[in-house]
Amino acid sequence: MSKEGQIYRISGPVVTAKGMSAAMYDVVRVGHEGLMGEVIELHGDQAVIQVYEDTSGIRPGEPVLNTGETLSVALGPGLLTQIYDGIQRPLQTLEEQMGFFITRGVDADAFDMEKIWTFEPVVAVGDAVEGGQVIGHVQETETIVHKIMMPPGTSGTLKSIESGDFNVTQTIATLEDGTEVQMLQKWPVRSPRPYKTKYAPDTPLVTGMRILDFLFPLAKGGAAGIPGPFGSGKTVTQQSLAKYSDAQIVVYIGCGERGNEMTEVLDEFPHLIDPNTGKPLMNRTVMIANTSNMPVAAREASVYTGITIAEYFRDMGYDVALMADSTSRWAEAMREISSRLEEMPGEEGYPAYLSSRIAEFYERAGRVNTLSGEDGSVTAIGAVSPPGGDISEPVSQGTLRIVKVFWGLDAGLARQRHFPAINWLTSYSLYPPSLDQWYRDNINQDFPEIRTAISGLLQIEAELQEIVQLVGSDALPTDQQLTLEVARMIREYFLQQNGFDPVDAYCDINLQYKMAKAVLSFQDAAKTAMASGAALNDVVNVPARSALLRGRFEQGYADRIDGMVKAMVAEIEATLEEN
Amino acid sequence: MAGKEYRTITDVKGPLVFLNKTEPVAYGEIVSLRLSNGDIKNGQVLDTSDDMVVVQVFEGTAKVDREAGVTFLGDVFKLPVSTDLVGRILDGAGRPRDGGPEIVADEKADIIGAAINPYSRQSPHDFIQTGISAIDCCTTLVRGQKLPIFSASGLPHNDIALQIARQAKLKDSDEEFIVVFCAMGITAEEYNFFRSDLERTGALENAVLFVNLADDPAVERIITPRLALTAAEYLAFEQDYHVLVIYTDMTNYCDALRQIGAAREEVPGRRGYPGYMYTDLAMLYERAGIVKGKKGSITQFPILTMPGDDITHPIPDLSGYITEGQIVISRELHQQGIYPPINVLPSLSRLMGSCIGAKTTRDDHKKVSDQMYAAYAQGRELRGLVAIVGEDALNERDKQLLNFSGVFEDRFLRQSRDEDRTIDETLDLCWELMSSIDTKYLVRLDDELIAKYHPENRS
Repeated sequence: MSKEGQIYRISGPVVTAKGMSAAMYDVVRVGHEGLMGEVIELHGDQAVIQVYEDTSGIRPGEPVLNTGETLSVALGPGLLTQIYDGIQRPLQTLEEQMGFFITRGVDADAFDMEKIWTFEPVVAVGDAVEGGQVIGHVQETETIVHKIMMPPGTSGTLKSIESGDFNVTQTIATLEDGTEVQMLQKWPVRSPRPYKTKYAPDTPLVTGMRILDFLFPLAKGGAAGIPGPFGSGKTVTQQSLAKYSDAQIVVYIGCGERGNEMTEVLDEFPHLIDPNTGKPLMNRTVMIANTSNMPVAAREASVYTGITIAEYFRDMGYDVALMADSTSRWAEAMREISSRLEEMPGEEGYPAYLSSRIAEFYERAGRVNTLSGEDGSVTAIGAVSPPGGDISEPVSQGTLRIVKVFWGLDAGLARQRHFPAINWLTSYSLYPPSLDQWYRDNINQDFPEIRTAISGLLQIEAELQEIVQLVGSDALPTDQQLTLEVARMIREYFLQQNGFDPVDAYCDINLQYKMAKAVLSFQDAAKTAMASGAALNDVVNVPARSALLRGRFEQGYADRIDGMVKAMVAEIEATLEEN
Repeated sequence: MAGKEYRTITDVKGPLVFLNKTEPVAYGEIVSLRLSNGDIKNGQVLDTSDDMVVVQVFEGTAKVDREAGVTFLGDVFKLPVSTDLVGRILDGAGRPRDGGPEIVADEKADIIGAAINPYSRQSPHDFIQTGISAIDCCTTLVRGQKLPIFSASGLPHNDIALQIARQAKLKDSDEEFIVVFCAMGITAEEYNFFRSDLERTGALENAVLFVNLADDPAVERIITPRLALTAAEYLAFEQDYHVLVIYTDMTNYCDALRQIGAAREEVPGRRGYPGYMYTDLAMLYERAGIVKGKKGSITQFPILTMPGDDITHPIPDLSGYITEGQIVISRELHQQGIYPPINVLPSLSRLMGSCIGAKTTRDDHKKVSDQMYAAYAQGRELRGLVAIVGEDALNERDKQLLNFSGVFEDRFLRQSRDEDRTIDETLDLCWELMSSIDTKYLVRLDDELIAKYHPENRS
C-alpha cells in the first residue's frame, strides 16, 4: 500500500481513511488543506485518525498523506518564553499568519529556526560521546543556560565539534561514523525520554505558599493533584505555583480552560519577577495554551507536548515544575475521542484505559540521574475539576491513586473567602518523612515538631467546633476557648494567603517557620497568663498582637517579626499586672 | 445552489435522517429537504462517509418519508451579516420574524466560529456598572466577560437580565451596548415580556433578537446561539460595537443537545448529556472577549435554570467551569420578597480583580466587598446557631454580625426594578450598613480606609 489514501468517513474530529499504509500514532495530513492528524486505530485497510483541527467542509474522497513520523515536539534553544497550542504551534506566529481567529491548515515552526545562538562546546574532538551527554552550552535567556545534548540513542567518537554562532539546524558536531549533530532535536511526545535511574525525592519544591510548604509539602520530582469544584481557586493556586515555586524551569499547560485566563497569564508573566533570581519569570517559562474551544484532539495531545518539553529540560539537570490545568479536560478529550470511536466505555463514559493513561502521565514525573549524569527532576502538579466537586468520579480517583500529595480545594472555604481554599483536614502529603531531614538541616532542627503542633491544633479545633455548633463557644471552658482563638489565628494569619497581595503572595520558608512559631508563642504566653488569672479577652486583644497580624502585608516583615512577637508576649504578661 | 436531489433516505430517527449517498458530501454541509407535500426543511451533515450520510434536521422530522428529496448545498451554515441586523427580530434559524425584508448581507459568516487565539486576546478590565448593588459591589461585571445567571424555575432572572440590559454602562460614560438577545425554547409569554420591555425602553432599536420559542423545533436551538454569536462577533469585531449577548435558557439548549446525542445512539455522559457537552458549551461561551487592536467587545450574559435548584447538575456545573463566575439567584431570598434575590455567597466574578480599584471604581472597593461578604457569610452562619441556642447565647460580635446579615438583605440587596445605583452610592451604602458593626470587628478594612470612609469620620 502507498503512503497516500483517501478519506472514507468524517465524524467530528475523527476521520477514517482507507487505502493507506499506516502504523499506530503515525502523523498524517488530511484533506486538501493538509490538516494535521494522528492514527489512533487500525481496522483492516482503514486507519482511524484524530484530527487536530476543525473538520467542517472536508469531504470523503479527499487525500490523506501519511508522513510516517509519530507526533513529536521540536526541542532546542528558543523554547523558553514561547506560547504554544496543544501541538506546539507558536500562538504568536499563528496570529501573524491568520489573524486573531485560529483557523486551520497553518503550519508553523515551533521556534525560530534561523535565529543565531552562540554555541560553546564542552567536549573536544576525539572524545567519546553518548546519547544524552551534554556537548555544549547556549545562553538561551538571561537566567537559563540551554545545554545541548547528544540525541538519546546516538553515540560515538567526535570527529569535529564547532564553536561560535549557529542556528539550530546547522551541524555543530560530527561523529566518526558520519552522524551529524544539530542543536535541534525531535522527540515523540508519547514516549518518555530516557534517563539512568530514578531516585527517591528528598528536597521540597518550595512554593512560598504557607499551607503547602508547611503542612502539605511537595517534593521535587513528586506529583500532586489539586481537585476542586469551580470557583475554589484551582487556577489561582496553579498560577501561584508557576510564579513562585523554586523550580528552575516552569512548563504551564492550560488544557481546555478559559481563553481570558490564559491571556491574563500571558499578560502578567512577562512583568513578574522571579523571587529566586530577580529576573522576569517568562525567562524560565514555556506555556501551552489549548483553550476549551480549540480542537479537542489537540487538547488530548497538549499534556504530552508539555511533559516532553519538561523532560527535555530535566535532562539538562534542571528542576522543572509542570502545571496541568486541568487534567479533567484532558480526560474529557479522551472520552470524546473514545466515544467517536464507539469504544466500550468504562465508568461515566470515560474509556477503560483512563486510569492507566493518568498513571503513565504522572509517572513521567520524578527525580532522576540523567543520561549525562546530572540530577534533574520533573514535578507534576495536575488540577482536577470534578463534576459538582465530587471527587468520587473517575478522573479524581485515577489521580489520587497515583499522586502522593493531595491538595483538596474546598468550595466552603472559598465561599468564606479563605484563600488558598485548601482544606487542611482532608488534604495530605506523603512526603514529610523523606523531606524532614532537609527541613531540619536547612530551616530549623525542630521544624517537623512545629508542623505537628500546628496540624494538631487544627485537628483539635475541628473537634471543638462540633461542640460549639451545639452549645455556642461561651459554654466552653476558657482553655478550650483559647485553643479556638489559637486555631483561628492559624487559619487567618498563617493559612490564609492572598495570591494577589504584593507582599504576602510569596512567603519565604524561613519566615513561614517564624510565623508558625509566633502562633505558638502566643499560645504559650496566653496559657501562662491565663493560668495566673488573666482574662481571655484581654489576652487576645493586646494591641501588639494585631500589629503582628497585620504586619505580614508590609515589606520587611521577616526582619521585624521577632521584635513584634516579643512585644506581644510582653503585653500579654502585662495584662496580668493590670488585674 | 449546488448539487442534485437525492431520494436515497434509508432511515429516519428522531431529528436524524440517514441516506445512502452517491457523491462526496462535506462534514458540516447544509442540506435542504423537500417533502412530498412541497414543504422545505433544512439540516446539517453530522457524519459523512462513502456509503452513508447522517443529516440532522433543524425543523424536526415530522412528515419526512423515504421519498423526500435531499439536496446538499455545498457549503457549511452561514449567516448573512450586516449592520441592518440591528433592530431586527429573526427566528431561530436566522429568518426574519418581524415581517421585515431579508437581511442584505455585507458578507456571510460561518456560524461555527473559530477560536480566538489566546495570544490575540486582550484582558478585560473595563468596569460595567449595572446599577445593581449586589452585582457591582460583590460580583463585578467586566466588559468582555461571560457571566451567567444561575437561576431556577419560578425566579425573576428575566427581570434581572433586563434590568442589566437597560442599565449597563461604563462608569462616567453614556456609551451604550448593542444587545443581542437569543431565546432558546422559552415560552411566547416570556418572549413577549422581553420584547415589550425592550420596546418600552426603546432598546429594541439597538438590539438584535434571535427567537426560538418552546413550540419551535428543538433541534433548531443548536444553531440559534451560534447565529446570535456570529452576529455579535460581526458587530463587535467588524463594526466596533460593544455587544451584550443575553441568552436564555441554556438548559433548553443542552436538552436539545442531549436529544440529538440520544438519536445518534452516542455513549452518554452524566445524566444522559453527551460527553462532549463541555466542549460544545465552551464553543459558545468562549466567543466572549476583547481582541487586541479592535474597539468592540462581546460580553455574555447566559441565563440557565438549574433543574431542581441543583448547582451540581451537569448544565450549571459545566457552565461554571467555563464561564468567568456566576450570579446565583436564591429561592429563599425570593420567597422573603427580596428583589433582586441574588445570593452573593456562591456568586463570583473571576475578573473582578482586574477592574476594581482607585483608577476604575474606588480605592475601597476591594476591601469593602471582602468585608461585606465576610460579615454577611458569618451572619448567615450564625442564623443556624441561633435556631438552636437562641440569640442570648451569642457574644457581642456575633450579635452584631447576625443583625448585619438582616440589614444586608433588606437594604443592600433589595432595590427596585428601575433603581440604578451608581458605584459610589453602592459603596457608601456599604459603609453605612457596616457602621452597625464595631470597627474592631471589621478586620478586612485597614485603618486608612476607615479614616477616609467610615460614616463616623466623614460627618
